[in-house]
Amino acid sequence: MATRLFAAPSPHIHGGEKSSRIMGDVVLALMPALAISTYVLGWRVLFITAVAVASCVLFEWLICRFLLKRRSTIHDLSAVVTGVLLAFNLPVGIPWWIVVIGALVAIGIGKMTFGGLGTNPFNPALTGRIFLLIAYPVAMTDWTTGVPDSLSGSTLLSDIKYAPELVSSLNFMDMFGGDMNGSMGEISALALIIGGIYLLWRRVITWHIPVSILGTMALFGLCVGATYGGTITYELPLFHILAGGALLGAIYMATDYSTSPMTHKGMIIYGVGIGAITMIIRLWGAYPEGMSFAIFIMNAATPIINKYLRPKRFGTK
Amino acid sequence: MNTLVLTVLTLGVLGILLAVILYFVAQKFHVEEDPRIDDVEKMLPGANCGGCGFAGCRAMADALVTRDNISSLFCPVAGGETMKSIAGFLGKTAPDKEPMVATMRCGGTCQKRPKVNHYDGTLNCAVVNTFYVGESACAFGCIGYGDCVDACKFGALHLNTETGLVEVDPDKCTACGACVKACPKGLFELRKKWPKNRAIYVACRSKNRGAVVMKACKAGCIGCGKCAKVCAFDAITIDNNLAYIDPDKCKLCRKCYNECPTGAIRLENMEPLAKEPKVANTPASDVVAK
Amino acid sequence: MNTFPIGGIHPSDNKEWSKDKAIEVIELPNEVLIPMIQHIGAPATPIVQKGDRVLTGQLIGQATGFVSANIHSPISGTVTAIDAYPNGQGQRRIMIAIKREGDEWLESIDRSTELKRECNLSSKEIIEKVKDAGIVGLGGAQFPTHVKLSIPDGQKAEMLIVNGVECEPYLTSDYRNMLERAEMMLTGVEILMRALNVERAVIGVENNKPDAIAHLEEVIARDNYRGIEVMPLKMRYPQGGEKQLIAAVTGRQVAPPPALPISEGVVVSNVSTAIAVYEAVQKNKPLIERVVTITGKHLGSTHNFLTRLGTPLNSLLDLAGGLPEGDVKLLNGGPMMGRAIVDITGPINKGCSGITILSGKEAARGKENVCIKCAKCVEACPMGLEPYLLSKLAKLQKWDMAEEHNTIDCIECGCCSYTCPSYIPLLDYIRIGKQTVMTNIRARATANKK
Repeated sequence: MATRLFAAPSPHIHGGEKSSRIMGDVVLALMPALAISTYVLGWRVLFITAVAVASCVLFEWLICRFLLKRRSTIHDLSAVVTGVLLAFNLPVGIPWWIVVIGALVAIGIGKMTFGGLGTNPFNPALTGRIFLLIAYPVAMTDWTTGVPDSLSGSTLLSDIKYAPELVSSLNFMDMFGGDMNGSMGEISALALIIGGIYLLWRRVITWHIPVSILGTMALFGLCVGATYGGTITYELPLFHILAGGALLGAIYMATDYSTSPMTHKGMIIYGVGIGAITMIIRLWGAYPEGMSFAIFIMNAATPIINKYLRPKRFGTK
Repeated sequence: MNTLVLTVLTLGVLGILLAVILYFVAQKFHVEEDPRIDDVEKMLPGANCGGCGFAGCRAMADALVTRDNISSLFCPVAGGETMKSIAGFLGKTAPDKEPMVATMRCGGTCQKRPKVNHYDGTLNCAVVNTFYVGESACAFGCIGYGDCVDACKFGALHLNTETGLVEVDPDKCTACGACVKACPKGLFELRKKWPKNRAIYVACRSKNRGAVVMKACKAGCIGCGKCAKVCAFDAITIDNNLAYIDPDKCKLCRKCYNECPTGAIRLENMEPLAKEPKVANTPASDVVAK
Repeated sequence: MNTFPIGGIHPSDNKEWSKDKAIEVIELPNEVLIPMIQHIGAPATPIVQKGDRVLTGQLIGQATGFVSANIHSPISGTVTAIDAYPNGQGQRRIMIAIKREGDEWLESIDRSTELKRECNLSSKEIIEKVKDAGIVGLGGAQFPTHVKLSIPDGQKAEMLIVNGVECEPYLTSDYRNMLERAEMMLTGVEILMRALNVERAVIGVENNKPDAIAHLEEVIARDNYRGIEVMPLKMRYPQGGEKQLIAAVTGRQVAPPPALPISEGVVVSNVSTAIAVYEAVQKNKPLIERVVTITGKHLGSTHNFLTRLGTPLNSLLDLAGGLPEGDVKLLNGGPMMGRAIVDITGPINKGCSGITILSGKEAARGKENVCIKCAKCVEACPMGLEPYLLSKLAKLQKWDMAEEHNTIDCIECGCCSYTCPSYIPLLDYIRIGKQTVMTNIRARATANKK
């Protein structure tokens, strides 16, 4: 065999990181939450998640193949992530065909319309969720199915919204461990945090977005809580961080690469924006939960954040 | 009923108010513009190729209308006829220019210019040019990743995968000069366009000595000077081991073509001079067959 | 432990292949090719003719202007040609070809091996000697050293930083120099301090070379080199970049171009350059040889050669067991910033600190995918740029916007391409953008002068 000389511009080696590996890590990080959710809510969780993932992947493949007529992009696993996140944003009792519609909106409108991975301005899974929330409000807020010892058909967030004094009667350990009403992925704060630590360790995400979102929410809760009883308590801030989609949104949805800012400074502003809008909607808006809308609104602000918040140029003050 | 009236009223008043504001803003920011600019822009091809030196057709139209002397302005895409009609419309004198065509001056096909290394970076000529000479041993030849093809707005260029070289379709070429700028090796030249797309030119840019050229490419100009000697019109000059045929002096007599030992002189859409039988079967056939 | 403030990556250093190989002096080459340009600036002018007899160390190329460097004959023999020969990248450059006859040195050169520490020359005399010897930065940048040492009026050097970082994977020539020629290097540093009139010098060494750090510290204490200290730095690429090293050592950042390190009162010099300075000033020996690492996993044997400049690459390859079969990538330098060699008849020049051989598989480029906006390139960029954006702007030929986004700050370290999970060749395009913007800036400057 003869020697063949290769040539290319530098660098000649690569770190070995791959888009599909990053997406795989996100899916892996979501597994503890899926496991606890399945344990608490039953096998239907797996069924809904499987439907969501399968339809997301299928729609992406179909759109690539027949509408865009280009090489399929399902191998990057981003459709799988969208599918899992979409499922995590749904109540367990939702009919399967609504999930399919959600997947179609998420992939078809939220992602592929804009050119696919990397070019979508809004988080696809959130696009799907928000569409379903508006189109099927009853199915999307029916929390009765699945939970064996469910007290009522409402989530803690809506309970507290109309009776803030109840906050001191909550058992935070239940919220932490998984005994809480809500969407499939919101069940256990602990599982979500474990996944988040895994993502931080694998350098898939940085701390900036989750910490700024949760920090803003806590600060907001602290100030508002003080106006209720006149004393500063940990209860309201802690409640808001643990309840609803706060952790799911802060760790997994808001950190979506293409819809979040590119610089650390930008990420912090983006996170503060999401935290503040979430709390405003939760406390004074019509919906009990505001996370998805807050992320959606800040997604829209991402291009302008990227434009004005550039990284610190070496050698400048 | 009351609600209805109130709604209509509010919206009506709001509409009128906004219309008034809009009117005054439009008045304040109105820019007086020569209406002929619009007309001239319509007469221009609208390719926005930048071949005239301006950012686009609008800028060119603006220059044509506002400048007194337009002899230095020329749209290569529209050509002399259109320029004359624009000048007539504006009451100015049009520049007189011959039609031109882009010419790619490299004959180093894959067969004649073998690869000596394998490039595995971004398939872009400018990227290659940032760090080395390219896959062949010739530092002057076509890199073959088609920066010029991408730059051409008229689809006049295409990459022949068999030869690895870019070819010009003279019927589509408008001589806008985009390829001249895009080629990092400077292989393109805008040359006089003969009737029936006839052309004769030296398809090589190598300034290396003959021996070096021959080692790298079998189709290169070795600077032997035979063509210059035979030319009756002083159209051929040899500079830096490289022959150049001046298109303004050349009369397409084709004598040089038969003299060239390497076939670096290229003839297009013409039969070579049938002089001596032994040179009649030179690469002429494959040139014409194209 | 100190390091530079922003960006950076952690490639595996792969130094184990050649780090334990002592410097070997190789046989003199029979024929050499001496390029007239082995430095940043104007090419030198040949001052010999075909047929001339030259001695080892004789001046054969005269520096053209201030930013240029002298070129000396590395062997004794006859000039056989002055012509354009291809370098490693296949580009033809004017070179002087010399055929060797014996090994006769210029008489003025002191060839003894004992250390000569005492130096009573003035700053000006030292700089003059460095200039005469044709010394350039041996770390790879090839910037003429005398230009660096000539501090512009109104500015003052406060400290000398000696670059012993060698952050580029695989290469070990600086490392071997620090271990085996520490005394020469430290004396060179003393001379450089004298030339710059500074009291303090810091040798920055990454902590993946603990034995070099220990050895230097020991020699400094034993032989009492005053004002010189060794600073261990946390391993991180591209710490050897001039601005990164200054920031790592002093904590201060040199302002964006056109500011130079001297604006922070610092001059940076490579460890191998310090040895060359020692030889030039104390032994009258011009720059005619250097240590070249030849390394790679698939090579028959790896070495650190002390070789004369102008030696053809293929003779070094032969000593290392020849080119491996199959697909290989041959690099002048290391895998991060080295340039691919396509013509192995080309000569070793002043800036060649190593030849790295990668297999086609190791160096293969991944399939390019779409940008997922993961911001990993922004995080990795040591200059605080936005590589994804600069690359896109260059691709779209939006030169003005690329300039606005400071594309000329780019040091071409390759961290962005290295880190991209979509395998986008970011640097390929940024380099075009940088070159075009630099040309535009220069064109504007000349237009303004008129």
